[in-house]
Amino acid sequence: MVKVEFLGPINKEALNVEISNLNELGALLKEDQDVSKWLETCAVAVNDTLVASKDVALSDGDKVSLLPPVCGG
Amino acid sequence: MEKLQLFEGSLPVEQITNSWYEEFKSSNYGAIITFVGVVRDENSIDGLSFDIYEPILNSWFDSWQKKANEKNAIVLMAHSRGDVLNHESSYIAAVCSPKRRVALEMIDEFVEDFKAQAPIWKYDIIDGKRVYAEDRSTKIQGSGILN
Repeated sequence: MVKVEFLGPINKEALNVEISNLNELGALLKEDQDVSKWLETCAVAVNDTLVASKDVALSDGDKVSLLPPVCGG
Repeated sequence: MEKLQLFEGSLPVEQITNSWYEEFKSSNYGAIITFVGVVRDENSIDGLSFDIYEPILNSWFDSWQKKANEKNAIVLMAHSRGDVLNHESSYIAAVCSPKRRVALEMIDEFVEDFKAQAPIWKYDIIDGKRVYAEDRSTKIQGSGILN
């Protein structure tokens, strides 16, 4: 299982899903009404490292985080 | 001393900046520049509130520390979690450097990159509710890949 967590204002409980890459996650989340509107503006981290493309394989135990637009300070 | 410090609620500014000065005044840094961010009273807010994602904040901060160290400088930072009322401080950044120009330029880049990349989310506090400050927020570099 891959854990998917939604940070900051997305305000959604983490999901555990059977997926093997980020492409599959994108397809899955597009069907989710709470999350789909955030996909355009969210950055993605795999195991706490930001990734620049969807071509990332995922294995059992990996964690994916969605990071919406930020504003510290 | 931890160079990145997180606090619940508003920052004890004097305590933090004094401790930084005491810690580093004898380290031969000719320039210590401190930036203190203060919450403004505007748009009828009572204050701001913050969420932080620490693992990625730590790696972002570590990469800045490496960059500063290459110029014989260091960076320091303190930030609030949770609610910070108007006229209190939620963010302090500092650069200590042997050279004045390095410190002046780095504090600018450090604060601006913080605003654009650090995984911190801001909410206005209006009538006791948290409202995401969407219009002031910036997409992290590389956003939108799942779209």
